[in-house]
Amino acid sequence: MTKAKRKRLIYNLVTYALVIAAYIILQNMIGAKTISRSLKGLLVPICAWIIMAVSLNLVIGFSGELSLGHAGFMSIGAYTGAIISGWLLAAFDMQDPTLRLVLAIAGGGIVAGIFGVLIGIPVLRLRGDYLAIVTLAFGEIIRNLVNVLYVGTADGQLHFAFLNKKLPADVTMLVDGAKGAVKIKPISTFTVGFVLVMITLIVVLNLVNSRAGRAIQATRDNRIAAESMGVSVTKYKMMAFVTAAVLAGMAGALYGLNSSTVVPTQFTFNQSINVLVFVVLGGLGNVLGSVISATFLTVLPEVLREFADYRMLVYAVVLILVMIFTNNPLIRSVFGRAVAPVKGLFRGKKNSVSGGEA
Amino acid sequence: MKKLIALLLALALTLTVCAALAEEPVVLKIAHIGPTTGAAALYGLATQHGAEIAVDEINAAGGKYQIELITEDDEHNVEKVINAYNAALDAGAQMILGSTTSKPCEAAGAQGYVDRVFFLTPSASSTAVIEDKDNVFQVCFTDPNQGSASAQYIAEHKLGTKIAVIYNNADVYSTGIRDTFVEKAAEMGLEIVSEETFTDETTDFTVQVGKAQEAGAEIVFLPMYYTPASLILKTASDKNYKPIFFGVDGMDGILSVEGFDTSLAEGVMLLTPFVATSEDERVKSFVAKYQEKFNETPIQFAADAYDGIYILLAAAEKAGITAEMAPEEACDLLIAAMKEIQVDGLTGSMTWDESGAVTKTPMAATIVNGVYVFED
Repeated sequence: MTKAKRKRLIYNLVTYALVIAAYIILQNMIGAKTISRSLKGLLVPICAWIIMAVSLNLVIGFSGELSLGHAGFMSIGAYTGAIISGWLLAAFDMQDPTLRLVLAIAGGGIVAGIFGVLIGIPVLRLRGDYLAIVTLAFGEIIRNLVNVLYVGTADGQLHFAFLNKKLPADVTMLVDGAKGAVKIKPISTFTVGFVLVMITLIVVLNLVNSRAGRAIQATRDNRIAAESMGVSVTKYKMMAFVTAAVLAGMAGALYGLNSSTVVPTQFTFNQSINVLVFVVLGGLGNVLGSVISATFLTVLPEVLREFADYRMLVYAVVLILVMIFTNNPLIRSVFGRAVAPVKGLFRGKKNSVSGGEA
Repeated sequence: MKKLIALLLALALTLTVCAALAEEPVVLKIAHIGPTTGAAALYGLATQHGAEIAVDEINAAGGKYQIELITEDDEHNVEKVINAYNAALDAGAQMILGSTTSKPCEAAGAQGYVDRVFFLTPSASSTAVIEDKDNVFQVCFTDPNQGSASAQYIAEHKLGTKIAVIYNNADVYSTGIRDTFVEKAAEMGLEIVSEETFTDETTDFTVQVGKAQEAGAEIVFLPMYYTPASLILKTASDKNYKPIFFGVDGMDGILSVEGFDTSLAEGVMLLTPFVATSEDERVKSFVAKYQEKFNETPIQFAADAYDGIYILLAAAEKAGITAEMAPEEACDLLIAAMKEIQVDGLTGSMTWDESGAVTKTPMAATIVNGVYVFED
């Protein structure tokens, strides 16, 4: 086992272990009823934002393309999830919430993936700033389209209408234009959210450490060099982009089905930027960093509630300070030294294990 | 029999008075949830301030009930409102005054329906707020009621028969009112001669206003918030087009738009339950206190929330809510009490039915010399 490989393995194991440990602790708190309502209510959104951040990190950190339309994929997932769940309940009387949730999440992922391919084909031929602007426009187009989308269900069938509400009179509305997806039965659970986070981590960590992942990173580091080595740049960029879109769609379905209603205004450009902030704070190409920063920045505004009127101001100040400190070499080295003994512990163990193998 | 009842009532009253004198006051914990930051902060702050005035009055009067007001910010966001709601309950809230805006209120109310928590919203006006939920009640009219009340008002006061409608088709509030207005207008024999739409991003209304002018509309109905309305008034004045502009409660606040020539709003009519310049004694006192404490003139949202606190107090009194009661326990008692009480507030005399919608008379005001004046 080479040194680089071992380092990567430890990094991946630590990532999984931290997420699993957090899940076990929180589940115990829920079981013992020592968890506050606020924290309990935040669990599913945190899972959704972690998936959003990790998947965007795949595009920005590993494939090196600045995508500003990630919330667009999330909204596709949220709407698809809400429609599937509502339809299954109305048409097939499917009462099992977990099964409905799983099907809705799968559907959300697939539809977002299809859009990912459609958008990816023209967009990924562009580079840098152009790509950023086009993805931004895509997010806005999606938002404006769902704003005039009407979906209802009657007699087991789905009815769609655009621009005006020309649906049969007896339909049960699922998506009602600007009113968004309505009357959703909230079925998302923390356990499903946790499983989805684990799936995301496994997919992303395995992808970036695979042959394809190295190709993706090669296209980021030097496009021309990668191309001259026979790496198909568009293919690998597409792979990262569509995987991220599928994951964002799944996160969207989880997020949408956690609430009784979803509105287009939740998925504006601002929301895409929000996810971008998670990624930048956690570090480009750092998956564990994305997990931690998404959690931290979702919980932070709630912790700051006691500041009342000054809450958002304090939030912004904390964000600036965190950005400065995590980029300060001195603080990084102090932090690195503090973590070193723990790292050494791991290294020692791994050495003895690999020694045994030899 | 009547005498006996009267006697019993008198006895009961004396006992309550005695009890009130003897006992410690009951402290109710009410949480106000509304957007105090972000794009809709104007409304959230108005309801919060209005509620604070009512709480100050009640606590100063020193009756049987004292109120502790908890305030939580929902950022006008359906995700954050759930956090705000949970934080309010963690802080010990027994009932909720909120949320100020429709979509967040719909989301939080649905959660409250599952958890059994009582909601009274001062100003969330869409039907979805109260639909399928027995725990949510409104102080304001629902959007459809505003639309049909406007059509009814226009027809009954014979303001004109040719009407143009300009509305925001990306906004729930705007489309909701427009739908029922059109329906009721057809019923009342009013003719809609032009119907034009815009979205949140629209800043140029030349086309919409031009179409209304071409169609020869005598009345232009504007179911929208005041920012686009101010642009429409400006465009119409540039085109020298002078119909009657008729707005709904979102138009409230148009006179305080920065850089807006208020003379353009002369003669604009709007459906509103509250006018700060009213001669009514209670309104005067409310406005004075509000101006003193917050240094601004209250808008209708503030009056709705002020009434909201008194409604919650009346319902709590009727239901016999105690300080120790959990929100789940208080919820069903409050729901039952709401159907029995009648509250005379700043925004009219109100009663409620099972749906949670309020019953009160629609009132329209006209802008004359830069102030709102009630018709009739």
